[in-house]
Amino acid sequence: MSDPVSALQGQTYDGFARITEAGLHGMITLRADLASKKLAKALKTQGFALPEPRRVMASGDRSALWMSPDELLLILPYDQAAPTVAALEGALAGEFVLVADVSDARALFRISGARAPEVLAKLCPVDFARLAPDEVRRTRAAQVAAALWCSAPDEFSLISFRSVAGYVMGVLEHSARPGSELTCA
Amino acid sequence: MSTRLATGGRLIDRTKPLNFTFNGKRLRGFAGDTLASALLGANQMLLGRSFKYHRPRGLVGSGVEEPNALVGLGRSGRFEPDQRTTTTELFDGAETVSQNHWPTLDLDIGVVNNWAYRFLPAGFYYKTFMFPRFAWKHLFEPIVRRSAGLGRAPSLRDEDRYEQAYGFCDVLVAGGGVAGLAAALAAARKGARVIVLEQTAHWGGRAPVDGGTIDGQSPDDWIRNTLQTIEKMENVTLRRRCMAAGLYDHGYVLGYEQIADTTPGDGRPRHRLWRIRAARVVTATGALERPLAFAGNDVPGVMLASGLRDYLVNWAVSPGDRTVIVTNNDDAYRTALALHEAGLVVPAILDARASVTGALPDAARALGIRVLEGRGIAKVHGGKRVTGVSVCAQAGEGSVLEDIACDAVAMSGGWSPIVHLWSHCGGKLLWDAPRAMFRPDAARPPTGADGQPMAVAVGAANGVFALSAILAEAKDTAPAPAIPAPDDEAPMAPVWVMPQGAPDALRYKMWLDFQNDVKVSDVQLAAREGYASVEHTKRYTTLGMATDQGKLSNINGLAILSDALGQPIPATGTTTFRPPYTPISFGAIAGEARGEIFQPLRRTPMHEWHATHGAHWEPVGLWRRPYTYLRHGEGLHDSVRREVRNTRAAVGLLDASTLGKIVVKGPDAGKFLDMLYTNMMSTLPVGKCRYGLMCSENGFLSDDGVVVRLSEDSWLCHTTSGGADRIHGWMEDWLQCEWWDWKVHTVNLTEQFAQVAVVGPNARKLLEKLGGMDVSAAALPFMTFTEGVLAGIRARVFRISFSGELSYEIAVPASEGMAFWTACLQAGEDLGLMPYGTEALHIMRAEKGFIMIGDETDGTVIPQDLGLGWAISKKKADYLGKRAQERAHMANPDRWQLVGLETLDGSVLPDGVLALAAGVNGNGQKNTQGRVTSTYFSPTLNKGIAMGLVRHGPQRMGEVLDFPTEGGKVVQARICDPVFYDKDGEKQNV
Repeated sequence: MSDPVSALQGQTYDGFARITEAGLHGMITLRADLASKKLAKALKTQGFALPEPRRVMASGDRSALWMSPDELLLILPYDQAAPTVAALEGALAGEFVLVADVSDARALFRISGARAPEVLAKLCPVDFARLAPDEVRRTRAAQVAAALWCSAPDEFSLISFRSVAGYVMGVLEHSARPGSELTCA
Repeated sequence: MSTRLATGGRLIDRTKPLNFTFNGKRLRGFAGDTLASALLGANQMLLGRSFKYHRPRGLVGSGVEEPNALVGLGRSGRFEPDQRTTTTELFDGAETVSQNHWPTLDLDIGVVNNWAYRFLPAGFYYKTFMFPRFAWKHLFEPIVRRSAGLGRAPSLRDEDRYEQAYGFCDVLVAGGGVAGLAAALAAARKGARVIVLEQTAHWGGRAPVDGGTIDGQSPDDWIRNTLQTIEKMENVTLRRRCMAAGLYDHGYVLGYEQIADTTPGDGRPRHRLWRIRAARVVTATGALERPLAFAGNDVPGVMLASGLRDYLVNWAVSPGDRTVIVTNNDDAYRTALALHEAGLVVPAILDARASVTGALPDAARALGIRVLEGRGIAKVHGGKRVTGVSVCAQAGEGSVLEDIACDAVAMSGGWSPIVHLWSHCGGKLLWDAPRAMFRPDAARPPTGADGQPMAVAVGAANGVFALSAILAEAKDTAPAPAIPAPDDEAPMAPVWVMPQGAPDALRYKMWLDFQNDVKVSDVQLAAREGYASVEHTKRYTTLGMATDQGKLSNINGLAILSDALGQPIPATGTTTFRPPYTPISFGAIAGEARGEIFQPLRRTPMHEWHATHGAHWEPVGLWRRPYTYLRHGEGLHDSVRREVRNTRAAVGLLDASTLGKIVVKGPDAGKFLDMLYTNMMSTLPVGKCRYGLMCSENGFLSDDGVVVRLSEDSWLCHTTSGGADRIHGWMEDWLQCEWWDWKVHTVNLTEQFAQVAVVGPNARKLLEKLGGMDVSAAALPFMTFTEGVLAGIRARVFRISFSGELSYEIAVPASEGMAFWTACLQAGEDLGLMPYGTEALHIMRAEKGFIMIGDETDGTVIPQDLGLGWAISKKKADYLGKRAQERAHMANPDRWQLVGLETLDGSVLPDGVLALAAGVNGNGQKNTQGRVTSTYFSPTLNKGIAMGLVRHGPQRMGEVLDFPTEGGKVVQARICDPVFYDKDGEKQNV
């Protein structure tokens, strides 16, 4: 068994906010009727709670993110992704559901510090002042697709596709360079 | 001479001198200076040359309206031409050079144009087209090219960096003068989230220079107190040096922030482009003073009265000891008063109005200043600077009544509200005849998505000049019902030509556009030549096409055009106001997108390995794929041939990770794929692979790839590398918009997997060495797949071939892609393994006669053209493209069809060449009967091979076609079977 590696292997940059490629995380795309009781039960068994539209529900090392009216993204430790996919597929057998392991298709970044929103406001057309604490935004970071949410106090998480991880790191680093803060003090 | 006064200057800090250079001459200014005030303070009156006549040019204004005083600023990677000195802040070490002259600013040979100006009239450029053809090419074009252009284009890469940012607010206030600050405060007190943008480095606008009282306070006190209040409010963001450059649909405002212009190289972004969504926009952009049109009004030293006053009050710069004022309104008297207060001499105020009363003229008279009523300037004396003026009666034809010696002339033709932002997105204007100005029509504002007004104009931008009225209006940010005159000021009198009966000789010397040398006579000539539209006249005469974009003289020009056409000014109208308000840097528009992050670069998990092993890259969509892996000293052709021969003889390794991989699952997935693909996918047994074609609804071949039946209700669709996102979008489009009730889910898993093709006679041996799975011919026959663990890594192994060799494609998790690649390299060491790139891939597929999307297809080709009828189901009732393919043109047997082509001499046909047919078409061009779609040198067969589309091709095997190539040569090629190699498939079927 080889050691799986993330796209940027934990690269970091310290500017007026800290940028970290957060390494490998388990990610599962789930396409289903989100109103289904069977789905809610299956998710609960796996430690996930169903989020409201455009929201994230986190508990412990697991989060469920609402991505579209029929799509969720589940985040969990990397090594638990494959067994969880199998468990969900088992529990939802016969249902109109697609469960896909996308852990290796993505890159996850953390942007941390009091000024984290200023880094993101240079790249994403998002009104951060009015973003709810548990809100997930599917948007773009400069020229690529991204999803972001506030994952902890003074910390945002951003997901991009794996192949453009280098580009995303590049634009985040460019936007976080000291001296380019958007507000004073 | 112009000089710095010993005292005064509200914006400069005399304790902080700054050094800079102009044309290499070392000069000194102060912190707080603009380049313009520093140059003028250093007695540099002559700053450039005009565009057409190369006339000497000095400062006219003190702000964005300045047409003349443009310089090249900076050096090497920070050199930038056409920098407006009036809006560029001085910084230590600034290097400036003047423009548009040869050999020097003081001695410009081009000024000869000046004597020949009768031969360079309006529309000169267009008239040159009407001479004999040779005259344009050999005479006029070289001359026009040499004389055109102001600054020198930068030749080096921009060393600075730039960025953009997004902003959101309820109210955006454009302009930080009294009106803007009052409006911002009022909105903020109502709880709105407010952004205030001020283009200069200072708050308060003109009020501190012009004086007056606001709420019983001096302008400086009121501004300071208001700012203190605003700064404490959390819901207001104040940004200086940030211009509202444009207003667009739905309250979208572009803000241009200049951050590090005065600190080059400090690492901060030089400019930042703000992209702001505002629910409502308040335009508090002020007004611009207009010049007067009199003979010689372009001589350096003739300035706008407001600009001259700014230099005096803000920067303590005197334009000369004696300044004559010429005006048609009371406001210019403020300049006389300011000059007097500074201890300078005003020999006379020439007022075009027949009778002058009012507080400001009375104050001037009380100081003993001569006020000449009903007078104007017949002529300005001087060449590179003013030496005097001749006075005439405004009502007359220019007879000189008196000569007055002076060093400067301050002119005022009245004020024009800055209506640009208001107009950018459809706000309409009305003509205020008594005050001779276009101002926003509150009844016809720009409207937002909801049809409601999205902008409101306040203050001078709305034609409201009195401070008391501005305050009252701004507080409720609604237009004042009646427009009062400025406090205690008498009405102005419109003056478009001075004197009003000026003969030709004088009108030839009355400048409207100072940069482009457009004069009163040019606009009148254009009218005589039949130009009635203001837009046409603008382009014909170039009036308002200079870098100030007509800010100075557009109103004067269209007034003169109206007069020449004998119609009222509103009937002529204005030219279109387009964003940006003043030029913004290309850097700001590009933002962060340059260098490494110019465009997203998609990297496979093995990208770095390729980069360090000689990859010569080929762009495929946003991916970079190795075209070939160059070895030391090897050329591209040799490298590609080595890779092909090695793969056919031993084993090759290809990074195929970029291939699209879309999972389609659900009870209706089979039905869905049967509609998407031309052949049947619902009947594909689990565990099997099938090649499929996708067409657009117009029948044209759009994408191809291998489809895999993963389980009873799920399929994996491989797409081309460039087509993955497009095809996924295509699937979702049909599922969401047309077949919304079909139970099908799709997920694009392209990036989840690294995919590696192991290709060649030793492929199976290599996989067996990796270990973990049975990949024998019996366990894993051609066009099947299996899952398991290979080399310790979770893997899905497909037995498919795009080369004609024994071949496997192995998908592993992307995070383990590099580990798997490394394992293959190690296992293949003694099997003759070499990685190969996309060119070897292409050659091997062409040797086998496999088509390539983008080579054999170009959006006009249907599968039937390519001999792919076998992949089109005859049983299905429908599929996307079926109906279109039955139309007469598509079913026409005369369509060009795919064949192989082999040259008689073994050479390689050029790509894309056409096969000639007999005769010529209606245009006299030779007829054609086919074209080459793919062409390569085949290292396997040691000769050129090609595929092409030929009329009736498959029925013409053995015929020889003529392909004309460069230099009139003709290459002959014989039509043959497109499968050049291993027609029976024996090599892949082992």
